[in-house]
Amino acid sequence: MTESIRTVDVAVIGGGPAGLAAAEAAAGEGADVLLIDRNPQLGGILNQCIHDGFGLHAFGEILTGPEFADRYMQRAREAGVQLQTQTLVARLTPERHLVCSRPGERETLRAGATVLAMGCRERTRGMIRIPGTRPAGVYTAGTAQYLTNMANVRIGRRVVILGSGDIGLIMARRLTWEGAEVVAVVEKLPYPSGLPRNINQCLLDYDIPLYLSHSVTCIHGKDRVERVTVARFDETGCVVPGSEFDLSCDTLLLSVGLIPENELSRQAGVALDRTTGGAEVQDAYMTNVPGVFSCGNVLHIHDLADWAAEEGGRAGVAAARYAGGDRGTGNGERTVAIEPGEGVRYVVPQRMRVSESAVLLSLRVTAPRGATTIRAAAGGVTVGELRLRKAHPATMEQLEVRVRDADGDVEVTCT
Amino acid sequence: MNERTMTCILCPNGCELHVAWEDEPTKDAISVDGNLCPKGLVYAVDELTHPMRTLTTSVLVRGGVQRLTSVKTASAVPRDALSAVRAALRSVVLCAPVAIGDVVLTNAGGTAVDVVVTRAVPKKPGEATS
Repeated sequence: MTESIRTVDVAVIGGGPAGLAAAEAAAGEGADVLLIDRNPQLGGILNQCIHDGFGLHAFGEILTGPEFADRYMQRAREAGVQLQTQTLVARLTPERHLVCSRPGERETLRAGATVLAMGCRERTRGMIRIPGTRPAGVYTAGTAQYLTNMANVRIGRRVVILGSGDIGLIMARRLTWEGAEVVAVVEKLPYPSGLPRNINQCLLDYDIPLYLSHSVTCIHGKDRVERVTVARFDETGCVVPGSEFDLSCDTLLLSVGLIPENELSRQAGVALDRTTGGAEVQDAYMTNVPGVFSCGNVLHIHDLADWAAEEGGRAGVAAARYAGGDRGTGNGERTVAIEPGEGVRYVVPQRMRVSESAVLLSLRVTAPRGATTIRAAAGGVTVGELRLRKAHPATMEQLEVRVRDADGDVEVTCT
Repeated sequence: MNERTMTCILCPNGCELHVAWEDEPTKDAISVDGNLCPKGLVYAVDELTHPMRTLTTSVLVRGGVQRLTSVKTASAVPRDALSAVRAALRSVVLCAPVAIGDVVLTNAGGTAVDVVVTRAVPKKPGEATS
């Protein structure tokens, strides 16, 4: 085991779309950039997302996940980013010392700025507490995606999917194509949580039933899943008595939400937002810890990799400038809070500087709506507005605002 | 008058299209409402006459750092032909290295469309390939 100490301008943790784009952008600003990923290959979760639908925004064409990742890898390489795989950041200090571990080697890095781009994890059975036995055959949708698309493992023959998130919907089609029978997709909310186009091309195309306002209330089976009990839920979240029915299956997939992976951030003292599960940042994506930036799914869950990458690019530029001595990325300047108001679940960033520049807010509404105006107001004065024909919690919306004078805190509301 | 509501799948916007047509749903004889861009009209006509889909799946690779690579039809194919394309791919085994864009099957399932690699697989170090 050897140990060494190295200094870089910008260290990026995580080589998915956000991290790759952040690294490329930081290098484009002239910074010496090191990107670290714990996996043998870069690209993060994109490698197992073999379906298409990526890149329309970033590249103007429709790409699969691996192709989209490849574009960003090439761009990062061309920008001169040092790419280091199979390396785990075991510890991150508030002073931006990174303790890195890789086969046969431990290294401490000192970074002028650090970009957190660790992505997210899936919610598991334990987190949503489904009663019943504990047989084999219960998978999170992303694990099932990895096993099917990367490891060539057949996960089951008769599948029920709980949750209508995009990964679950994509897996419904994928498993159908691989010869499994997808018995049903069951969603506790009265509306699907995935994108409408995935309902169409993944469920309707294959006559897979979608039970809205339903959830799995019990898992049965000794060694392997044999069946699940499904029940209807009312508006208050209670089971409708007598609505239970059983679905026979050998596999249950869970597509019930994603959680930003912020263990390292917590170690470094980064303050987290209770709603997003990600860091609280200001408009340059800097957290409360000076020089530590956050972007992509570790900051808040995105529905499109294109947006995660674009956010990474903005965070990368800011990180490079900070490392280059431009401390005007937050501390000491006057900032105002950005708060979600009526109809808005969250807004990122949570603070912004009072300045001439426009700031892009990313947000989600709380429930599906028809024609909607999303309005940002500071001290009663409108500072940004977005009109939509419809709004849905599954779709992240973006709104540009400008706060020139110290108008007071910004509140974002839906009407 | 025939009417249908459908979700356009061509981009993440997922526009809800309200489509109405007399006798035949052709480009000129169809009315489409709800689309944010002109592709919605093309999608609606295709969807009513011959729905098109892109197939994305995986095939085996020998001698590579991974056992599978991902592939796609180079363009959309008739939805009815998807199972024929999948069946034709079942017997395909590639040898590493493979690169993005490599054609693994031509005229897949009689569709006149190629199936191409979407993920590079380098050769496994020390592995001999035939």
